[in-house]
Formats: sequence, structure tokens, C-alpha cells
Amino acid sequence: MKQSVTINVNGQTRTQEVEPRLLLVHLLRDGLGLTGTNVGCDTSQCGACTVLLDGEAVKSCTVLAVQADGSDVTTIEGLATNGALHPMQQAFWEKHGLQCGFCTPGMIMAAADLLKRNPHPTEDEIRHGLEGNLCRCTGYHNIVRAVQHAADAMSA
Amino acid sequence: MTTRSFGASIKRKEDPRLITGEGKYLEDLQPQGAVHAVILRSPYAHARIVSINTAKAAALPGVVGVFTGEDFKDLPALPCAWQADAGRIPNQINTPHVLERGQVTFTGAGVAVVVAEDRYIAEDAVNLIEVEYEPLGVVVDAKKAAQPGAPQLHENAPGNVVFDWQCGDQAGTDSGLADADVVVKQALINQRLIPNSMETRGCIAMYAPMQEEYTVYMTSQAPHVMRLLMTAFVFGIPETKMRVISPQIGGGFGTKIFLYPEYCLVTALAKRVGRPVKWMETRRENYVATTHGRDHVTDIEVGAMRDGTITALKVKTYANLGGLISTIGPGIPTTLYGRLLSGAYKIPHIYCNVVGTYTNTSMVDAYRGAGRPEATYVVERAVDLVAAELGLDPVEVRRKNFIQPEDFPYDPVGILAGLKYDSGDYEKALDMALGMAGYADFKQMQSEARAQGRYLGIGVSSYIEICGVAPSAWIGLPGQGWGAGLWESANVRVHLTGKVVVTTGSQSHGQGLETTFAQIVAEELGVSTDDVLIQHSDTLGTPFGYGTYGSRSTAVGGVALYNSLQRVKDKARRLGAHLLEAAPEDVVFENGKAFVKGSPDRAKTIGELAAAAALAYSLPHGMEPFLDDTAYYDPPNCTYPFGTHIAIVEVSAETGMVKLLRYIAVDDVGRMINPMIVDGQIHGGITQGVAQALWEGALYDENGQLVSGSMMDYTVPKASFLPSFELGHTETPSPVNPMGVKGAGETGSIASTPTVVNAVLNALAPLGIRHLDMPLTPERVWRAMHTSQA
Repeated sequence: MKQSVTINVNGQTRTQEVEPRLLLVHLLRDGLGLTGTNVGCDTSQCGACTVLLDGEAVKSCTVLAVQADGSDVTTIEGLATNGALHPMQQAFWEKHGLQCGFCTPGMIMAAADLLKRNPHPTEDEIRHGLEGNLCRCTGYHNIVRAVQHAADAMSA
Repeated sequence: MTTRSFGASIKRKEDPRLITGEGKYLEDLQPQGAVHAVILRSPYAHARIVSINTAKAAALPGVVGVFTGEDFKDLPALPCAWQADAGRIPNQINTPHVLERGQVTFTGAGVAVVVAEDRYIAEDAVNLIEVEYEPLGVVVDAKKAAQPGAPQLHENAPGNVVFDWQCGDQAGTDSGLADADVVVKQALINQRLIPNSMETRGCIAMYAPMQEEYTVYMTSQAPHVMRLLMTAFVFGIPETKMRVISPQIGGGFGTKIFLYPEYCLVTALAKRVGRPVKWMETRRENYVATTHGRDHVTDIEVGAMRDGTITALKVKTYANLGGLISTIGPGIPTTLYGRLLSGAYKIPHIYCNVVGTYTNTSMVDAYRGAGRPEATYVVERAVDLVAAELGLDPVEVRRKNFIQPEDFPYDPVGILAGLKYDSGDYEKALDMALGMAGYADFKQMQSEARAQGRYLGIGVSSYIEICGVAPSAWIGLPGQGWGAGLWESANVRVHLTGKVVVTTGSQSHGQGLETTFAQIVAEELGVSTDDVLIQHSDTLGTPFGYGTYGSRSTAVGGVALYNSLQRVKDKARRLGAHLLEAAPEDVVFENGKAFVKGSPDRAKTIGELAAAAALAYSLPHGMEPFLDDTAYYDPPNCTYPFGTHIAIVEVSAETGMVKLLRYIAVDDVGRMINPMIVDGQIHGGITQGVAQALWEGALYDENGQLVSGSMMDYTVPKASFLPSFELGHTETPSPVNPMGVKGAGETGSIASTPTVVNAVLNALAPLGIRHLDMPLTPERVWRAMHTSQA
């Protein structure tokens, strides 16, 4: 039995009829065509699917679409405002914080959430703060540099 | 006089789409009317398939079809490109079929497939397929597989032997060992790894029946090779009837080089069901169905004189190939392993024997470094074992045996089958790394810490590697290689507007090739990298190329581009002479302009020349319109990066936990086009290599079940496991190619594993622990510390 779900995604109200078992990530990707959010595992380890749900980072593979009914969701496609990159996106570009780019949308969302909670993290706090997100390309070195750079830019 | 694009750390051209979610990976593509395939995989590691009942699955609403191997009997087994052991491996024997029939030889082998309207339905239906298996005996260990009494996987492979390969001089090595003051023997296990690119594999196939044409999207590092292998070996159709496209690829680390059964299955299904078919691997499928790496069981004997001079190295390795043979699986523990066993050292006698075996495990093939990390692990552990045996400083043993700058080109006693190391200054990189690490001061710190009961350790690895894997005459050597070439190609077109379009047979799956190649164009033609478009990864519209692996994209594909640019520049120069009304021999093309030597103020820019060439109303007599050229480049040699890595660790006496305190890497990858990208490659490689040393390992139980079968059970490192890395470079141009480049994709993973193991064993030396096998998990280290103290 399908259920109606209404969510505000990146500032737009979208309503879909979904099966109760549908994952939020599949609603975003397949239902709404927002394919920037990636699926990298099936055990909630990798964090590639991280989005902001009512302002907090969640793994959208571990949320049912029906649980998000009535919520605000921000995906990587909604992070830039008026054509200007979010400072975290800009920082990942400046500091070579990505290679293949597959983990990047989730990593950027998680990092943006981290700075919202802790605007001036130490390197150690950044490394622990991103524990829910795996990257296989960068060795995290430049991801840490990017988050530091974004922290500086956002507090400037 | 050149512009300065070469050597500049410019931001990557590919990033804007990737940081905004606009990059289109395979799973993001959704053709109209596509149906979804989900594969049923064997839960047994070795079994006969007695029967398969698909009726219940087929009856589920939304299911389009259910198929087994019986439905694809007309399709032959996949090809294996590597003919090691003098052609002993026939091309299509003991390789995967699109779906297995009769028997399965590893957990995860595909036995049936459901095609359904959506993926959720297909997953439901797969659970309704009933398969009766008759389990057979299982062997998972490479060495045990070759012993008498082991379960036999394939009737045509007695003793489970895939090949028995050797290189070097056995008699000379035995006498070199006999002449040595000391001979150190050690068993070394290089454990199996699961590569874990963040994007798993996938495939989308479409078939146009009236044109009899396939269009296949796949997660491939080598789309041209995939088309060749699929059309010529599996489907038996002309290459012109298939187009293969690699969309944005989310990492590969080698695993996406190969032709997999799923790609052929999905392609066959597209014709069978008459609709586009999409298959996307789940992560848990990825753990069993995508190739693994490493998995060697090795015994070494190394001889040395009392002063540390190494006299001989003898290596016997059992290499695990898995239950079936992957595309180039046999080539990894042979040519890319045995031929590197001289490392950075003048070892007068080397002999290596490798027995490749079938086991009831997933297929093993190239994983970042592919054979070269395994070889480097052998050599760099051997050097440290010699130093420990003789009570010498491992750094001094390295110095004592280094190949010296004047020794190049260096022939490592014939084991490279005719090739020679191109260039290097190993001591310079070592000294830089020692300086950065504060090696001399560390010993003081270490002894103070030991007095307090703390275990600090420092480990060094001075590696070499083979990059730019190519020369066709070497890699294609009958009986020793692929029986194929490994050149690359590039086409350069300078359009009317002065914008440059490059098509390359090379491929990018995260390395930043679009940026690096644009920098080569910018350097040579004097244009902005913003005015360069690099097209790749689509067999339609790009020249043939062998793909991206073996740190070869720049050293082979990039040089093809460079050569093509030289021809374009020469044409631009001749056209410029015509327009300047000067003799061609008096005109030069420099910094994006053609001008009479000594008169750069009166010049024709590349934009003006491109327009003139395209409009073509005033060309020199006999000149064809357009600035356009294609080059094919087959290098005369591989390239040989080198360097020294140093790790500083602390081992907890209470828990056995190893903490990586500092990691110093000095790498010489030849000339660097974009140092930022080079460093990024090294960071990632270091992390994968450190992970092998400390955390990662694929674990099978005695029934052939992959115990470490998901991201919950296998330790992919997190940010919190690692320090920031300290990088340095020396820059020794390669004489092999005109750009002087070597390759940077694999150095980190090749160097770092023995570096960290050497550091941990240095920390544990006071306890009399000489060697531990990887991964050096807290449990393994703690047990060793407590056993040795008891």
C-alpha cells in the first residue's frame, strides 16, 4: 500500500506516492532525480548518501522515505546558493579534497554539518567528526585541509 | 621559452561537477524503459549445481524474466588475456561464464538472474529461486591447494596449479647463498585485500535490433579493451556493432580493468528481453564478485656478508588466483612481481619461482600496485631482516646495496627480461626522508621511551616501481605476457575558434586526467587549460587505447598526446611561415605563437593559425586544412619511480594497538605536471598501503565463506586512523619519454606497507620479535608481545 510523502527538498515542496519500505535515498535519486547523493554500501558505513534532514546530517540509506514526511531535506544539489558554491564546496575544490568524487557529496554534507556544530575544530576533531564517511582515494589528508580552509573562510 | 602550465598545481577541471552532484556515475543513468537485473549468487564455495527452479520467481508480478546459465549456453567463457607459463593457460579455460553451469568454485559466483521492472521487485524475486547444491570439498589457501589430497577445482588443472613460473638464475642464486656469511630465511604472508572503490561496479546495456547494435555503459577503466574482448571473444560480432562508454567512474584501483561476467550477462539480457537492462552491484556483492588483490604465501632466503652486502635473494611464492581466472590475473604475480625483486639494490643473484593456484575464493587480479607491492614487501622486509641479523642499521644496509646514479641504465641481473631501470638517485631521496624524519634524533627519543616502558618504532622503505607499463614487445612477449600491445593514442584538434579538443584512448576514474592532459596541451600550445576539452572513455569518437592502470596514463597516454601536439605545432609553424611570408626554416613556434626567429613581436597566435588552417583559403601549397593530428605511442621502456618512506609508530604495551604517529614520504615520480594531483595520488596510495600493514585483510573460513564480507567486517580506514602525511620530492626526469614523466598512481601503496611493518617490528625488537604477518592488528601484536615475554 503506497503512502503519500511530502518533503521540502532544497527549498521545493515535493510530494510522492511511495512504498513504505522505500529508502529516503531512493526517493531522492529515483523519485526526484537528485542523483548527486550516492549509495556506496549497504550497511550504513560509507556515508556517501549523507544529506541534511531538518538541518542535521543523516545517512539517507538508513532513513525510510515515510520517516522524512513533512521534513526539510538538503542534498548536495541544494548547497550552492544563487549559483555561488557553498564555502565547503569551494574548499574541497581549492584543497583537492576529492579525487573520484563518489564520496564527495556525502563528505561535503557531513563536513558542513560538522562546522555548524563546531565552527573551529582541531585536526583531531575534524578526523573524528568525519568518522561516518569513508573515502578511498584521498587518504583524508586533503579533506582535512579542505575542512580547515572552509572553517577559516566561514569565520572570516 | 614556454608558458608555465607544466608544473603548476592548478585546480582540477573535473571538480565543479563533482562537488555539486552533477557528475553522472553509472547508477545515475536511467534510460527510458530500463529494467533491473539482480543476480543470484552461490552461497557455497565449491558445489555441484543439481537443479535450479525459477518458477516462483518468474510468477512474481513485475518480473520480466528469470534466467540461468542454461539460457546462455551459446556464449563461451570469458577470455584471459595473460598467457603466463608459456601458454599453459588456454585463453578461455577456467574463466567465468555469464552465469555458471554445473559447478561453482567460489562463494558469490553467479548462478541465476532476475530481470524485473524495478530493483526492489528483482530483489524479492531472487529470494524465490530454489537451487539445489551438492557441496564439495573446499580449499582456500594458495599453498594448501597445491598439496596432495587437496580438493580439486578443475579437472583440467591437476594439483590446482594455474601456472608454475620462474625468473632469474637458480644455480647462481644457490651459490650466492652458499657464499654468504649469513642466510636469513623467513616465511611472509601478503594477505588478501578487498579493494573497495567507493563506487561498486555496474552495467547498463541497450540493444537496437534492426541495427543489431549494442550500447553498453560500464564501470570500466578500459572501455576499448572491453569492447574488443566482448565482441571478439564472447559475442562473436564485429567491433562496429558495439559501443562501450565509461561514465563518471568512482574509483577502481585496478578492479575495473577487467571483463566481468555481469557485463556480458547484462549485454546478453538487453537483447533477450528487448529493453535496456541495468545492473548495479551492491557493496556485499562487491566483496565477493569483484576481484581481490595480493594473497601470496612466500618463503624467502636472503644471503649477506657481515658488512651488509646482499649476495643473493631466493623467493618461492604461492599466489592465490581464486576459483576462476580473471582477465589478467596470472600476469600480476609473475611479470609484475618476480621481475621487481631487485628493488633499489644491486643484488648479484636473484631467483623467483611462483606457483599460481586455484582455490575456492573470489578471483584475484590487479589491485593498486599489482604485484609490485608484493615484491617491494619481500625486498624491504628482507633488507630489514638482514640488518637485524647482523646488528646493522637498516638505513646503512640500504645505502650499502643501493644502485648508484652512475649505474643507470641498470639491468637487474636479467630478471626484467631485457628492460633496464631508467634513472634514479636513491640515496638523495633517502637522505631527504631521513632529514625530514629526524632519524638521528629519533634513536635518542626511542631509547628514552623504552626506558619508560613505551615502544616507539621507526621503519624505512626505499622502493622502486615500474610505471608506465607498456612496451608492447615486452608486455606482449609470447608465453610471458598478454600477447597484446600496450601503447596509447591521442588526437588533437585545434578548432577554428582556437579551442582545443583532445580525444584519448586513455581513461580517468578519479585521477584528474582531464586536468593533467589539459596542462600538457596548455604548455605546448600556449592556450589556457580552460580552452581545452579532454574527451575520453567512449569508444565512439576516441582512438583505441588500452586504458588506465599501471600508472601509465600520463607516461604512455600523456606522451601520445605530447607527440601529437608536436606535429600540430610543426604544422602551425609551417602555416605561420606562409602567413608571415617567411621561409619555414626561419620560423619557430614558441609560447603559443609562430614568429621569425628573433622577431617575436610580429607573430601569429595559435588562435590565428587555427582559424587560418580551418578557413583554408590561404594555405601553403599542398597543406591540408585544419590543425589536427593523431599519435600512437609505444614507449621503448617502462619508467621507474623511486623514493624512501619512513613511518614512526607507537605500539601500546597494554592493548597491542599500533598508532601511526608520523608518516614521511619522499617520492621521485620524474617531472611533475601537477604537483597537487601527484601528492593527492600519493596520499591515497599511502593510506591503502598502511591499511594493509595494520588493518585490512580478507578472511575466509574453512568452508570458503568470506567472513570479512561487508564494510562492517572489513576495516576500510577512517580519517581518525591516520595522521597528516609529510611529503617531499626529488625530481629525476625519466629519459624514456620526452616529458621526463614517470608515474605516480601507485607509489604510495607500493612503498608504505613494508615501511609500517618495519616500523612496528623496530618497536618490538627489544622483545625479540623478528617478524609478524599482516595485518598487525592489536590482537596479533598483543599476543606476540605477551608470548615473547612469557
